[in-house]
Amino acid sequence: MDALIEKLKGQIIEQLNLAEVKPEEINPDSPLFGEGLGLDSIDALELIVLLEKHYGIKIQDPKDGKTIFQSLRTMAEYIKSQGKS
Amino acid sequence: MSFYVFYGSKKRFKPMSEITSYAHIKHNQVSVNGEIIFQSNPSLSLAEFLSEAYKALGVSYPKFHKMDAQCKLGFVCAEFALKGTNFLTENDLTKIAIVLSNAASSLETDRVHQHSIDDKSNYFPSPAVFVYTLPNITIGELAIKHKITGENAFFVSEQFDADLLVNYTETLIKIGTEAAIVGWVEVDGANFEAFIFLTEKQKDTNKNAIFKPLNKTSVITIYNQTIWTH
Repeated sequence: MDALIEKLKGQIIEQLNLAEVKPEEINPDSPLFGEGLGLDSIDALELIVLLEKHYGIKIQDPKDGKTIFQSLRTMAEYIKSQGKS
Repeated sequence: MSFYVFYGSKKRFKPMSEITSYAHIKHNQVSVNGEIIFQSNPSLSLAEFLSEAYKALGVSYPKFHKMDAQCKLGFVCAEFALKGTNFLTENDLTKIAIVLSNAASSLETDRVHQHSIDDKSNYFPSPAVFVYTLPNITIGELAIKHKITGENAFFVSEQFDADLLVNYTETLIKIGTEAAIVGWVEVDGANFEAFIFLTEKQKDTNKNAIFKPLNKTSVITIYNQTIWTH
């Protein structure tokens, strides 16, 4: 799980152009939206693209996004649960 | 010297607007009020130059890194024009207009988006790119950064048109706008240029040698003022 979280950190920084954020600054349990990384609605769409592009996962129900993208750890757990890590 | 214009039939005078600061970016150089204050290696790409210019500004605005090239260029140029002024504190943010223009519209980002959807077997259009496929997003980024909620317009014209910008801004001023951020923000391939000036109603506090009345002649003069070194 830790390896996947580290991999996700790099992918998120690249995909979301978080040039001023270093991987070690991202707490895997902090909220991705609002506080924490402070991502916005466009970033949410980019995360959906990231899951599809890098892990072949399509989120069928947009309502699931709220749970999946709660934190880096919940994202990693979702990827694992889909058998795509 | 004071400049006044006459409005309507009620024989009342309103103070004329004047240009109080301006910035021009071209040839990997930044000039403010006619003086080059930052330059990078001419061989740097637009992206590299903008990164260097952003660092030179000394501001921290993480959203900058998410912008497309045109928004970054407009952002940096506006920041240089605003730096050291009281423009945002002395004017009502609800009455500041933003009037920008260019020739290429959002063509550069349109190309990036097109490239991402060319290959149907590798079809991953980026929402973060797609949102920049309109030129007036540059206005939005400035408005968000500075909480400006006044009038705005983005014009696409074949070349820098001082007459159009001055006429439109004067029209806005007649109907309630008190100040404006006005200019040209153009990115087309490796070619780029930004020129932004601030204009506000003449105030007693505005006594400075660089201040000029808002008219076509002033705008053309300051547009051509910088002597680029490369």
